[in-house]
Amino acid sequence: MLSQLVRKVERPPRLIDEEGRRADGRKVDELRRIKIEVGVLKNADGSCYLEQGRNKIMAAVYGPRELHPRHLAMPDRAILRCRYHMVPFSVLERKSPAPTRREIELSKVIREALEPAIFLEYFPRTTIDVFIEVIQADGGTRCAGITAAAVALADAGIPMRDLVAAIAVGKVEGQLVLDPMDLEDRYGEADMPVAMMPSLGKITLLQADGLMTLEEFEKALELAMRGIKEIYNKQKEALREKYLAIKREVEVT
Amino acid sequence: MAVYFTQREIVVPGQLLAKGPYQLGSNVYKVGNAIYSSIIGLAELKDRAIHVIPLKCCYVPKVGDIVIGKVIDVGISHWTVDIASPYSAILQVSDAFNKVIDTTREDLTKYFDVGDFLVAKIIAFDRTRDPLLSTKEPKCGKIDRGTVVEISPAKIPRLIGKKGSMINMIKKEINCQILVGQNGRIWIYAENPEDELLLVRVIKRIELEAHTSGLTDRIREMIRREKSRRGNVVSASKKGRKAS
Repeated sequence: MLSQLVRKVERPPRLIDEEGRRADGRKVDELRRIKIEVGVLKNADGSCYLEQGRNKIMAAVYGPRELHPRHLAMPDRAILRCRYHMVPFSVLERKSPAPTRREIELSKVIREALEPAIFLEYFPRTTIDVFIEVIQADGGTRCAGITAAAVALADAGIPMRDLVAAIAVGKVEGQLVLDPMDLEDRYGEADMPVAMMPSLGKITLLQADGLMTLEEFEKALELAMRGIKEIYNKQKEALREKYLAIKREVEVT
Repeated sequence: MAVYFTQREIVVPGQLLAKGPYQLGSNVYKVGNAIYSSIIGLAELKDRAIHVIPLKCCYVPKVGDIVIGKVIDVGISHWTVDIASPYSAILQVSDAFNKVIDTTREDLTKYFDVGDFLVAKIIAFDRTRDPLLSTKEPKCGKIDRGTVVEISPAKIPRLIGKKGSMINMIKKEINCQILVGQNGRIWIYAENPEDELLLVRVIKRIELEAHTSGLTDRIREMIRREKSRRGNVVSASKKGRKAS
């Protein structure tokens, strides 16, 4: 009896139903609902709170500021430091607060996804620190983290070539799906996170895990680009909204 | 040749501003013949040059700027000064006063101690070394009264206004002294401490609403309203005293 129940929880019967709907009711090329708030932290130079479905992420940016220890400083440019971290209660089973192997790697990957967008050479000998805190995780947090961090960087007034937006494409039951959630990530056949500078059409992050044919890969990339465009518009809107709200409030007369 | 923004529109990094033979102003960059914004700010086309006026930025020292600094360390023959910038500044003893100071005999804390605010001019900065300050210039030296308010350096031009319109209006409405540091720190002093508190609120409001139009009029109204309210309170308390 119990073993039956457990199996049911472990592997849901279908991830995509006959009508092409996913477990949470989305179509295969549909994003989760995204909410972006800008400037939510007073202490940080720039900050962003992002919700993407059940993902909840806080990003904070400090700098450019003086770098300690000094010997890490570059004479011709700023360095970018990133910390991706999941809080212990972000997942069902408590996650140890110490940075895991996975988090350390993701920090590096996120740093490399953001680095090409920033004019680091404008601030030699300094550091720009990016903190990404995952408060609730439901798959695709590295992409959501990059999206949030890019908004926080722009909010901090750091000169950038472009914002960076990111999304993953998964393969579930032989079909490509946009923005896979944790369930689909777990039971799917492939997962491919992509980050881009959308205006410039440059890819800054491309990872892939699982099996995909070349044809599927090309389709997945196209799907990711469509998702990224949509996220990019949300980022721009959120950044403008911070200042437009003040403008609306005081310019009523 | 085309421009893709309306004058003083809020733009974000990576936004396409124009294509064609426009000149590059501040906070923009070029790829091919397309001009993009590199910062969040207000886009402006002026004399065929495209600028973005930042809404937020950090202070990068510039030679000749007057800044307000805070002493964070006292060395053998120099002071280290925080100037609200990614780079802390150095004030050498030889650049501090017109007289000769014997550093082997005198204690430098006598002149500037940790925590003191000072007005100084940036005399050298080449990005490979920390900026150098001088307090020998007119108006420079230790701050011994008043209040120092800190705002984003991006909002300093708005605080001054076109040809000083904003700051002159404030000085006319409130009897005070104001010294604006380019690094976002502002020294204010008024005989009446209540005026000083009002000034702080005025400056903070300018920072918050810097990107809106009709700000000078709104600030003038704010000061007058506050003054008349206070006037009533003063006269009321006088009346009360008479009655008792």
